[in-house]
Amino acid sequence: MTVPMASSVKEGENGHELKFQLVDKSLKKCQFQQDALIEVLHSAQEAFGHLDEEILDYVSLQLKLPPSWVYGVATFYNFFTLDPQGEHVCVVCLGTACYVKGAGEIIARLEEALEVEAGSTTADGSLTLMTARCLGNCSLAPMLTLDAEVLGKQTLESTIAAIEAKRALVAAAAEEEL
Amino acid sequence: MNLTALTELAEQELQRQQDLKLRLFLCYSTPCISAGAEAVKVALEELIKEQDLAAQLEVVATGCMGPCSRGPLLRIVVAGEERTYEKVTPEQACEILLHGLAGNPIETGALPADIPFFARQTKIVLGNNGWIDPGKIEHSIARDGYAALAYVLHEMSPEEVCNEIKKSGLRGRGGGGYPAGVKWNLVRKSPAERKYVVANGDEGDPGAYMDRTIMESDPHRVLEGMAIAGYAVGAEQGYIYVRGEYPLAAARLTKAIRDAERCGLLGSRVLDSSFNFRIDLRVGAGAFVCGEETALMTSIMGRRGQPVPRPPYPAQSGLWGYPTLINNVESFANVAPILHRGADWFAGFGTEKSKGTKVFALCGEVVNSGLIEVPMGISLRDIVFEIGGGLPDGGQFKAAQTGGPSGGCIPAEYLDTPVDYESLKELGSIMGSGGLIVMNETSCMPDVAKFFMEFCMDESCGKCVPCRVGTVEMYELLKRITDGSAMLGDLETLEELCGLVQETSLCGLGMTAPNPVLNTLKYYRAEYLAHIEENCCPAGVCQLDQVPLLKLPEHAAELAIFKEEN
Amino acid sequence: MPVITLTIDEELVSARAGQSILEACRDHEIKIPTLCHLDGLSARGGCRLCLVAVAGSPRLLPACTTAVQENMVVTTSNEKIERYRRMILELTFAERNHTCAVCVSNENCELQTLAAELGMDHVRYDYLNPDLPLDTSHERYGVDHNRCLLCLRCVRVCDEVEGAHTWDVKGRGIKSQVITDLNRPWGASESCTECGKCVEVCPTGALFTKGSAVAEMKKEASFLRRILDGREKRQWRR
Repeated sequence: MTVPMASSVKEGENGHELKFQLVDKSLKKCQFQQDALIEVLHSAQEAFGHLDEEILDYVSLQLKLPPSWVYGVATFYNFFTLDPQGEHVCVVCLGTACYVKGAGEIIARLEEALEVEAGSTTADGSLTLMTARCLGNCSLAPMLTLDAEVLGKQTLESTIAAIEAKRALVAAAAEEEL
Repeated sequence: MNLTALTELAEQELQRQQDLKLRLFLCYSTPCISAGAEAVKVALEELIKEQDLAAQLEVVATGCMGPCSRGPLLRIVVAGEERTYEKVTPEQACEILLHGLAGNPIETGALPADIPFFARQTKIVLGNNGWIDPGKIEHSIARDGYAALAYVLHEMSPEEVCNEIKKSGLRGRGGGGYPAGVKWNLVRKSPAERKYVVANGDEGDPGAYMDRTIMESDPHRVLEGMAIAGYAVGAEQGYIYVRGEYPLAAARLTKAIRDAERCGLLGSRVLDSSFNFRIDLRVGAGAFVCGEETALMTSIMGRRGQPVPRPPYPAQSGLWGYPTLINNVESFANVAPILHRGADWFAGFGTEKSKGTKVFALCGEVVNSGLIEVPMGISLRDIVFEIGGGLPDGGQFKAAQTGGPSGGCIPAEYLDTPVDYESLKELGSIMGSGGLIVMNETSCMPDVAKFFMEFCMDESCGKCVPCRVGTVEMYELLKRITDGSAMLGDLETLEELCGLVQETSLCGLGMTAPNPVLNTLKYYRAEYLAHIEENCCPAGVCQLDQVPLLKLPEHAAELAIFKEEN
Repeated sequence: MPVITLTIDEELVSARAGQSILEACRDHEIKIPTLCHLDGLSARGGCRLCLVAVAGSPRLLPACTTAVQENMVVTTSNEKIERYRRMILELTFAERNHTCAVCVSNENCELQTLAAELGMDHVRYDYLNPDLPLDTSHERYGVDHNRCLLCLRCVRVCDEVEGAHTWDVKGRGIKSQVITDLNRPWGASESCTECGKCVEVCPTGALFTKGSAVAEMKKEASFLRRILDGREKRQWRR
């Protein structure tokens, strides 16, 4: 039995179907090969921002893999997240060079200042604070990424300022819309 | 494309470059972009447009030039003389352009041509870095890109290629140091209908970014090395596994593969020969253990990246059970130069047992942090104090950490040790992939050991008991040492556990996880003892605000307060 | 099938090519402790209890995944190997909450038996005391993660023998945990055939039949051999 693809059965105009179409595109590109599970999960996460049960179930159906297998792979790798992310994502590098230069303290004080634990999202959903095991920009230590931007030689103050600037930008945009 | 066409293309491109009055090389790698290279690029482009200079010069957005802490970097060559400017602002860049074009380059901001940072390096792997736009295949071809592949396909037998690599003495640059030629021959001799070549670009060691830079700055060099390997071992399919944290490397490799295929340098009938070779990119998803070769292969096959016991080795049974040649990205980047200039030329660099050069990511407490390539056998002192320019702010050298979580800290008394596979191993560290982090007296060694153990604990795949549970127990013991609640007996338990995990773990991650502990215990035991016996952290890092469980009665008074508060 | 000769514990023995050291040892009644291994399932090499010394190898090798070779010299036990086996058991006990006195498998438990046999009588490491759930949502069976050793016999038997692949593992490292389907309660699993093989092969009280009181849960791992013989050799023994 062939499993109908989400993009063909779910006709709709909202973003949800469009996102499934991106997953379908990736499924077709890899010819529904089971070995391509990680690539498919990558594109699914890119489309949805996270991997929830519905998505994992869909991928497991399409690749004809057991659900537990797909769940096992999705939870093995750090990159895949099963929870929705905040509007902004701040990743603090905790590689050796950054650690030697005081990144440990930055993350501890960021957690305090933003009232959020590393690995989770603020209550208002505006920011997800993450840590990484080395982003490979050691000459910029201590460094972090805010969304896609690389910020080097950071201090606690500069980091908070950057985050606040991002948040303010969103708030301003929201006001304009109103 | 055939050999003639390749040579023609190279000559055409060289001619085009020579016809230009000035070429500006702007380092456009992540550290320099972060330091403001983008604004410099925009300013230069605007100036060129404004003054209509496009016919006379070009701005080349290159890969990493090396001295990352001094970015943005801009390099020009005037009358055969090369100048590299540091910390360039958009205004300065325009000045540099105008003066350079006029033939009297400015001196302000130029790094002295003879600074040890450049003078002490030997560039083989990084030879093209800073001179080509990684997105332009013709730049690469103009600097002999794919010439070695063309030569090999038409003039050498697979056996000869393997022997040439063997003769060069090239050893695996991923850390293990296994002779590459021997491995290639093993795969070549394994009878199978299908074989694979895998480039390991899952550079997970914290404090290491050599492979990222190679893939971002000169992707064609890696692809060419893989194709030569494919021909030598009889594989038609290659995979390059890139760490998920490196999206730029993945994007550049994707483009490079497409460009090479379009030019007939990859794909079917490579360079009009009967050799077919495809390369596919696989992007990792964040698991350090996938740097281990068997785990990397399970990950390529889309599964949980857990290692499998060796033997059988990948050379006998790897991807989908077929013989697989797996080498590090840096190893592959060495291949084309070796075949282009000969094994003897390559073997002329380095020491008796460790040939060639090694790329290091020099960072931490050092004045010139960045990416360097040095001949094997150079002393640590030369790297840290000559090339690195010593420690900033009058800091005292305490240790150089190599090999990441599988390596160790080398103390000051061994600064004159030559850097090669054997010498580092003797010191209880390893060459590793090439991260080299300099630490000053504010780094606490038990704390550093705890840092790496936490890393291994988080990254353990969980397949075997010693690594899954042992790393947690070792971390708990180290935590106790650094919070003041350890007793002398804990040190003994820790050492015994280290031995167990080292000897009984399934894969390299577990086997080497105790290294940072054992190595720091060997050289900095006094520091551990100070924590335990004197409740003192000499580096002033640890809080030491806890009490050993058995000493709780002595602290009854404090306990009483504790009770009251609750 | 070609026969090869090798030395195990200073005795010259013969084995079939392709056999593992463990199989060869069992054929000659040389006992090697195992936990994750189970006849009929693929070898895993995860528990590390079957490590043996092989002359010429700088490292100890797991007997379950290492194939015998002509003229191999194997030592299955010495002071160091025994000490390491006890330490590995200590780590296993420290990892989760193994409270024998209130366990359904008390006195019928492979882990408990091994500890007694190898003389592991106390644990020197910190008990990690993880906070783990007990899932009794299934009509007939239950899973108590506190007793799980992550030997993955359940995962393998479900995949390799039953073919359902209901079980797998989530997370990694110390956070690994066996799961059914998309980490849903076992009772809500759509793929589970309720065959009960996972319960029978589980070495401890992690998987049990509902209604068993303390010490009542007896496992019968040998049933797997029966099923496999039936399938492969068309012989049904009882």
